[in-house]
Amino acid sequence: MKNTARPFLVSFLVLLTALLLSAAVGSVAVSPAEWRTLLKAVLDGRAFSDPQTAPLASIFFNLRLPRTCLVALAGAALAGSGSAYQGLFRNPLADPYLIGVASGAGLGAVLAMSIRFPYTLGGLLATPAAAFVGALISVFLVVQLGRAGKGIAAPNLVLAGVAVSAFTSALTSFLMLRATGELRRALVWLLGGSTLSGWLPVLAALPYILVGLGVLTSLGHGLNVLQFGGEQAQQLGLPVRRVRFLVIASATLATAAAVAFTGVIGFVGLIMPHLARLLWGSDYRRLIPLSALGGAVLLLLADVVARVILAPQELPVGIITALLGAPFFLWVLRRSQAAEGS
Amino acid sequence: MTLPQTPDGGNTMLLEIQQLTVSHGNRPVLDRLSLTLSAGEILAVIGPNGAGKTTLVRAISGVIPIQGGQIRWNSADLAKFPPASRARCMAVVPQARNLPADFTVQQTVLLGRTPYLGWLGRDTDEDRSAVRQAMERTDTLALAERRMGELSGGEQQRVLLARALAQQAPLLLLDEPTTHLDLAYQVSLMDSIRDLAHPASRGGDSPAALGALVVMHDLHLVARYADRVALLVNGRLAALGSPAEVLTPQQISSGFGLPQATVEELLHQPAAVANSLPG
Repeated sequence: MKNTARPFLVSFLVLLTALLLSAAVGSVAVSPAEWRTLLKAVLDGRAFSDPQTAPLASIFFNLRLPRTCLVALAGAALAGSGSAYQGLFRNPLADPYLIGVASGAGLGAVLAMSIRFPYTLGGLLATPAAAFVGALISVFLVVQLGRAGKGIAAPNLVLAGVAVSAFTSALTSFLMLRATGELRRALVWLLGGSTLSGWLPVLAALPYILVGLGVLTSLGHGLNVLQFGGEQAQQLGLPVRRVRFLVIASATLATAAAVAFTGVIGFVGLIMPHLARLLWGSDYRRLIPLSALGGAVLLLLADVVARVILAPQELPVGIITALLGAPFFLWVLRRSQAAEGS
Repeated sequence: MTLPQTPDGGNTMLLEIQQLTVSHGNRPVLDRLSLTLSAGEILAVIGPNGAGKTTLVRAISGVIPIQGGQIRWNSADLAKFPPASRARCMAVVPQARNLPADFTVQQTVLLGRTPYLGWLGRDTDEDRSAVRQAMERTDTLALAERRMGELSGGEQQRVLLARALAQQAPLLLLDEPTTHLDLAYQVSLMDSIRDLAHPASRGGDSPAALGALVVMHDLHLVARYADRVALLVNGRLAALGSPAEVLTPQQISSGFGLPQATVEELLHQPAAVANSLPG
C-alpha cells in the first residue's frame, strides 16, 4: 500500500517546511548564526536563562511558534471542513466562507467577546462555542434558503450564503461600531489577522479542531456513499440522517473554532480541497485529512506573505487568501457549469 | 445473510408483500398490493408509466414510508430493519444517471460493502475479495481503474450491478436496468441477471441462487427472461403469473390502454421491435 501512504508523507514534509518557514520569518530579522546560538541554547536547556538568547527565545517560543501553530490549525480546519461541505452538499463551491458559515461564526464570536470573557483558557474556550452556535444557525438558514426542489444547485447555495453573510456581517459591524476600546481590535481580527498571541488560543482551539477533523475523517466512507445521492446511500446501508448530521456538526465545529481565533478567512476551504482532489482523487477517506494538511500549508504560506509583503506592517491574511481565492472561485464556477451543461 | 433451506432444496421465500399501500398525499400510488418473491426467481414488474413500479422498488428498499400493509423478510417485518441490515438482505440496481464522474469503477463497487464496513470505513481482505468477485461476474474487472464519467451507459449499468453484487444480498431489485442500453447490452445484462438467479443452468460449482425483482418495459425481454410477471395498473396488481399467462393480448391491451390488434402485432412480430431500435 505504498501509494496510499505517499500523499500523506509528502504533505507532512511540506507542512514541516511551511511550519519552519513561518516560524523563521517575522518583523525581527534573525541571522543564521543567531538561530544556531538559539538552537544550542535550547538543547542545553538555558535558552531563557542566558541573557544572550533570552529575547530571541521569547520571540520565537512565545510569539512566533504559537502563531504558527494557530495559523496551521485554522488552515487545517477550514480546508478539512470545506472538503466535507463540498461532499455533503455535492457542491464544488461549498467553502465555509462562501456559504456564510464563517460569517455566522464571526457574529457568534463577536457577541461572546462583547460579553467580555476573561482572558483565560476557560474564557477562550467559550468563544468558539458561541461561534459554533452562530455558525450552526447560519448553515441551517443557508440550507433552507438554498433548497430548490430536490437538491441544492451550486450557485443557489452560494447565493443563500451571500445573503446570510450580508445579514450576519451587518449585525457584526453594528456590534463593533457600538463597542469601545478593546472590542474595536476585533475589526482587525475579523479581517483574518490573528492578533491573539501566546499559547492559550492554541490550546483553546486545539480540542475543537481535533474533534471536528477527527470525526470528519471517520465519516469519509459515508461521504463517498453520499456522492450517489441520499436515496442510493440509504439503499447501500448508510444511516444517511446520522451521517449528514455528524458531517454538518463537525465541519461547523472546526470552522467555528478557526474563526473564533483567526477571524473570517475565505477561500482556503475552496482552494485546497480542489487541489487535493486533482492530485490524489476523490476518495473522501483520504481527501479530508489531505485537504486539512494542505490547508495548513496554504494558510501558513499566505500568512508569511501577509507578514513580509509590507513589513514591518502586517496585512490581514484574509486579504491574501481572497486575492488567490476569488479567481480560483471563478475557475471552479466555470468548470462546474461546463460539467452541468455536458 | 443465512436463509432457512426448504426440504426440497430450492425456492426459499425471500420477500412477502402483504396489502402494501403507499400514497402521495391523498392519492394512493400503490393500493393493497400483495406479492411474494423467492430465491432463484426473476419476477418482472411491468405496467404503464405511473403505475407505481418505481414506487414499489423504493418502498421495498425502505427509502419512502408506507401507509399500509407490511413487507416481510423471512417472516420478519422489514420496517424494523436498520439501513445496514436491510442492505444485507437486498441490493438495488438504480438507473445509471447522475453518477459522480470522478469515482473509479473500483471505488464505486467498493461502496456495495457499506453494510459490512466498520466505522472508519476501512476495507478488509474479505471486502476486497467480494468486490473482485462481483467485478468478475459482471465483466467489469478490466475497467477497475477507469473513471465512471469515461464509461458508456452499458458499462456504467454493469458497474452498478457489480456494486449490488458486492452487497452479497440474496435479493436484487432492478429499476428499468435496460432503459438506456442498446440491444446487445440489454441482452448481456439480462443474461447476467439470469445467471445470478439460475446459477445451476451454468453447471459446475455454482453460488446460491438470488431472487430478482426487475422493473421492465420491453415485453420481449420479459417473455425471454422472466419466471413470473406482475402487471401493475394504477397501483393495483392487474395480473400475476407466468409470462405465458400474463403477456396475453387481452391483459396487455387493457393494462396499457392499447387496441388489441396493436398489441398482437407488437407481441408477435419481432420485426416491429427491430425497427424501433436506434441505428
